[in-house]
Amino acid sequence: MNDLTSLSIATAREGLRKKEFSALELTEAYIAAVEKARILNAYIVETPDKARAMAKTSDARLAKGEGGALEGIPLGIKDLYATKGVHTQACSHILDGFKPTYESTVTANLWRDGAVMLGKLNMDEFAMGSSNETSYYGNVINPWRRKNSNAALVPGGSSGGSASAVAAHICAAATATDTGGSIRQPAAFTGTVGIKPTYGRCSRWGIVAFASSLDQAGPIARDVRDAAIMLKSMASVDPKDTTSVDLPVPDYEKAIGKSVKGLRVGIPKEYRADGMSAEIEALWDKGAQWLKEQGAEIVEISLPHTKYALPAYYIVAPAEASSNLARYDGVRYGLRVPGDDIVDMYENTRAAGFGPEVQRRILIGTYVLSAGYYDAYYVRAQKIRTLIKRDFEQAWSKVDVVLTPATPSPAFAPGEISDPVQMYLNDIFTVTVNMAGLPGIAVPAGSSKEGLPLGLQLIGKAFDEETLFRTAAAIEQVAGGYHAPKWW
Amino acid sequence: MSVDQATVRRVAKLARIKVKEENVGRLAGELNSILHWIEQLNEVDVEVIEPMTAVVNVKMKKRADIVTDGNNPHDVVENAPAAEDDYFLVPKVIE
Repeated sequence: MNDLTSLSIATAREGLRKKEFSALELTEAYIAAVEKARILNAYIVETPDKARAMAKTSDARLAKGEGGALEGIPLGIKDLYATKGVHTQACSHILDGFKPTYESTVTANLWRDGAVMLGKLNMDEFAMGSSNETSYYGNVINPWRRKNSNAALVPGGSSGGSASAVAAHICAAATATDTGGSIRQPAAFTGTVGIKPTYGRCSRWGIVAFASSLDQAGPIARDVRDAAIMLKSMASVDPKDTTSVDLPVPDYEKAIGKSVKGLRVGIPKEYRADGMSAEIEALWDKGAQWLKEQGAEIVEISLPHTKYALPAYYIVAPAEASSNLARYDGVRYGLRVPGDDIVDMYENTRAAGFGPEVQRRILIGTYVLSAGYYDAYYVRAQKIRTLIKRDFEQAWSKVDVVLTPATPSPAFAPGEISDPVQMYLNDIFTVTVNMAGLPGIAVPAGSSKEGLPLGLQLIGKAFDEETLFRTAAAIEQVAGGYHAPKWW
Repeated sequence: MSVDQATVRRVAKLARIKVKEENVGRLAGELNSILHWIEQLNEVDVEVIEPMTAVVNVKMKKRADIVTDGNNPHDVVENAPAAEDDYFLVPKVIE
């Protein structure tokens, strides 16, 4: 029965509708797989009883022919999403014991469509990290290993638990979030598909805030079609989020299989700079070649402010984080460490509750927003964002979609990168997309010489996720799927 | 701009994070290396550029000024580390 976990969402959906197996059987298969994969540390909380109850409800609906778009499909949920009555801590010590009395809009949409929750997934603390090494709950292990090696590798971050769980088939798909690359970089490190939709496409309501002008929810899935199915359910127009944009959600699945003939694909020359590895360059060229062979037109473009996106991000994101994380004060929720007076209590609580990376970013954010520095840092960074956005707007007169590598390297080992700035450079290809608010998708496209998956990124116009799904599917069709050999 | 140890102490105070004296030097070094890297932004002429305020230019949504939620103080204090009769409990702040 365990081969039920090998089915994609699209295939499982058919099997459920044809009554080849029940939602409860599918859920039991995943619950067993989750238990066997605990060494990966992808789940920090398993909710098998809740999953069984939800699966039974799905079976009752399916029996009446009423199933929703994700009826009976077992999912993992990133710990950043508020799930009513269930552990929600952004993998931070400071939110100890927090169980929300409400449900995030995105997860509520998933349950409305019949999905089943298997548990909460590990992540970098407050989504700050690129390797899942900052979680209070410990490192996540990547199901992928280098050829002829048993050494553990990171799954990327911050959605490391989501990517690892999807790659290990211990959920059919997972929710994730992306502030600077936190969906696309882990997807690339694990041979999975991850899409960060346009800012405003998914509601941020009920998702623990990191950097509010950059945060966006999206799925990590095993293939492009499953990612399209997931996003269709996750996206909505939400009156509870003023930045949620009032546009109907298209049926993304319909974009898959459409020809890319005549599509203009931009190759930004600035991405080649700074000693790109030969392996990544070859992957990029190959991806362009595949699209060309299918009738797309390859166009060299220029995005001149690319190199400034990452340093500007490290002003905007910590500044907004320092403001958002001010709410963790030991009074309203989570951890409280006593002190001599109330200020001492705040300071003790925040010193004990936040990990080193989160503290570093709060301090940077507080510094750049402090008196006298606001114009020199935050306002300047927001002006750079205007320039980055303008670069893309100019590119859209020449191309329909942009193709880049997803990451500068394949997955690395825990502890391999200890310098903060070196770690930040992991997001060098993904962060421009957040700064401009655009949608981006990572799709597996090849292997490194050590046998690890490598991903390509496609960047689209605002609210043109359909072109991303269409183009990513065209790449996937040639590249094929990437499956981690099971060792756990 | 360079961050000295006094600045680290001041910023940590503003951020309400207690920093141990033995860590102040290390933090100053880390913050300086990040800020030094960020300084490349000064190469860009942004004099006439407007700061970005929105990703897509849409009118901010406004809703009718009516009560849509409330009357659930117990839910509000549900997760508080210390609460009594639906009030948050904090150390004494007024003598």
